[in-house]
Amino acid sequence: MTTKAQMPAVAGGETGSGNAAASGASPLVVLLAGWLFPGAGHLLLGKWVRAGLLMLSIVAMFAIGVALQGKVYTPNTGEPLDMLGFAGDLGSGLLYGLARLLGWGQAPVLVVLADYGTKFIVVAGLLNVVAAVDAHSLANGRKRS
Amino acid sequence: MTLSHFSAVLLFSLFTSIVFGITQRSEPKKMLRFGALCFTLFVGGTIAASWAMWLIKH
Repeated sequence: MTTKAQMPAVAGGETGSGNAAASGASPLVVLLAGWLFPGAGHLLLGKWVRAGLLMLSIVAMFAIGVALQGKVYTPNTGEPLDMLGFAGDLGSGLLYGLARLLGWGQAPVLVVLADYGTKFIVVAGLLNVVAAVDAHSLANGRKRS
Repeated sequence: MTLSHFSAVLLFSLFTSIVFGITQRSEPKKMLRFGALCFTLFVGGTIAASWAMWLIKH
């Protein structure tokens, strides 16, 4: 007899076999990939739909934040709130590196919408960390599907 | 790029709700329901807080 837990879950066009054994990727690699680029962790696990939605959401939030002229935090400013903002921004992985490389978000925040942009960028980073941890949980079996 | 305050709320709520829905639930149907709940609470909470601030001011 096959129980529900033994059956592979197939949903939303995804393989549903998104665990480390099925994909061949270790949970640590999945975590790092998910942090470096939004959705990459789920992509490694064969969760195409989730990967696409996560990538779209997080990249769009980051891009809107930059387009609103939000601030991209830098390390070592000495201000505790700036350090927290930097920690949040760093969650975006390569997107943060790209922003620093191209000099995005370095202008002073003068209008309310730019302050909104700053929050969009920080929250994009934090959401990316949540997504990467979710991919890690899927890879090590802590999350079922 | 310029956005109205309300459209900024809608975009923020939409993208955040998508990520919350996917990461906090295991089945697609539950993801959709939880995402919709998050979106409603984000937007509804913002509108409620806005009215509360207006009432405090007046």
